[in-house]
Amino acid sequence: MNRALKLVGRRAVSSIPVLLIVVVGTFFLLELASGDAVDAYLVSLGGGDAELARSLRESYGLDRSPLHRLWLYTSSLARLDLGWSVAFNRPILDLILERLPNTLWLMGSATAMAFALGTLLGILAGARPGSAADRVLSIGSLALYAVPSFWLGLVLSLIFAVQLRWFPTAGIETIASGKTGLDRALDISRHLVLPVCALGFIYLALFLRMMRAGMAEVWRQDFVLAARAKGLARSRIVLSHVARNALLPLVTMLGLQAATMLGGSVVIESVFAIPGFGRLAHEAVAARDAPLLMGIIVSSAVLVVLVNLLVDLAYAALDPRVGAGEPAS
Amino acid sequence: MTSLLAELRGLSVSYPTAGRTAFALREVHLDIAMGERLAIIGESGSGKTTLALALASILPPQARLAGRIDWPGLARAPVAGRDVGFVFQDPGSSLNPVMRIGEQVAEGARRHLGLGRSAGLERALSLLQRVRIPDPEAALRGYPHQFSGGQRQRIAIACAIAARPRLLIADEPTSALDMVVQAEIVRLLDGLVREEGMTLVFITHDIGLASGFADRIAVFRDGALVEAGATREILAKPAQAYTRSLIAAHIDFASPRLIEPA
Repeated sequence: MNRALKLVGRRAVSSIPVLLIVVVGTFFLLELASGDAVDAYLVSLGGGDAELARSLRESYGLDRSPLHRLWLYTSSLARLDLGWSVAFNRPILDLILERLPNTLWLMGSATAMAFALGTLLGILAGARPGSAADRVLSIGSLALYAVPSFWLGLVLSLIFAVQLRWFPTAGIETIASGKTGLDRALDISRHLVLPVCALGFIYLALFLRMMRAGMAEVWRQDFVLAARAKGLARSRIVLSHVARNALLPLVTMLGLQAATMLGGSVVIESVFAIPGFGRLAHEAVAARDAPLLMGIIVSSAVLVVLVNLLVDLAYAALDPRVGAGEPAS
Repeated sequence: MTSLLAELRGLSVSYPTAGRTAFALREVHLDIAMGERLAIIGESGSGKTTLALALASILPPQARLAGRIDWPGLARAPVAGRDVGFVFQDPGSSLNPVMRIGEQVAEGARRHLGLGRSAGLERALSLLQRVRIPDPEAALRGYPHQFSGGQRQRIAIACAIAARPRLLIADEPTSALDMVVQAEIVRLLDGLVREEGMTLVFITHDIGLASGFADRIAVFRDGALVEAGATREILAKPAQAYTRSLIAAHIDFASPRLIEPA
């Protein structure tokens, strides 16, 4: 476990410059975009004079220099103060904490489904490279991988929600249903089925293909021939020797995909009207709410860093060679 | 003449490649006597590894086999692992990097001797002691990367003999190791075979190494058997020019014997 502690320490230190780069980079990118929250506000009011705009900018601090505002923002971030949303007129931290769980449920379930099913089907395909099962699964996964997730979401919604009425069309739970406990959990999971499928299927295809390719690679290794020479049962060779080793690159992929999936969930949340993180970002952009957008991006960065830390820990647990020192003589 | 373990009669192995078939072994006639130490000598591409894989019945699926291998020394067709143990060339790649040593050594024994989990680990422990791994208790829980090349090869040997096979095939087991470790591994194999009454087929390109401990030598070239005979006879009066050239290339007065003849 010493290995794990060292890993966490190293990761925590290296994540500080990463987050700093994200903050500074996003700040200046948003600075480059024309228009600010005051413009958006005045448009929503139907117009206003230059004096009103000037006084509003002064009250929000938008008249200060960018460097000054960057310093203000970074120093308040250090105190875990994400600032005030102009568009929602609420603290940004509250908004994020309210929306984040929905996205985490969506992402978490989609990732779990994609990884579990993708790996299992990948093992099935990779158990006998070139077999009928392998061909069917490989072609199927390629087709699935080629489908854009928003389109898949719309089609799934059209078939299973509109035509068959098996699942609700939109939202994260039945509004004002007053359900609690297990009933509420069931209600939420019923709402999540279609979005999770729409978001997860592409990653399922990706994991399947990676697992299959990884296994095809491992089959050529000496230790697999050694396992055959031991006369082991085929199932043991496939699972303990081939699949076990092919799993390692998949875990790395899992960490990389976490960031992409966060991006993908923006689209899926829009299709299924789930009040999540991605939709919040969309609303922040529409309202020119720079502090809110910054808050979303920074907390996404933290989320991705955390997921990657977990992935690293999982990898260290799966691969004894990671973080090991010199071989014992 | 002692009884025979295996008889190879007109054994050919070929691989279908684009258009034509490439022969890795051609019409090999060879006897393997029970309890003998037979060295198979040849350069790369001579078919010696193919012969080893064919004996262990672990040829790749696309390989075509013609001729026959009879096993008068066994009551039934040989089972890989159970009747034939196999030691590979490079212990750095022939051990599963993410499986505990104890499990890797035990899995063959569990499969063929019908042992449970704890009995399997006990067998693994005694095997690791047998191949003289230091601190075998701790080694059971270790992983391959924690051991040196020579130790890994010892572990691989423990894996190969786990189910008490009658025949042990070692395919260039020392080529990936340095000279001192080479001698230790050869001594270990020699001792194991002697004590357990196993038959050893030792594959090497090094006629000097083989002449030190093999009872018989079989020389291969381009997939065909050049000549086979008792070590002393082959070394003293090789019948074929190719064998003479091998001996000339490998043995001189300066090369020390790795093993003193018993």
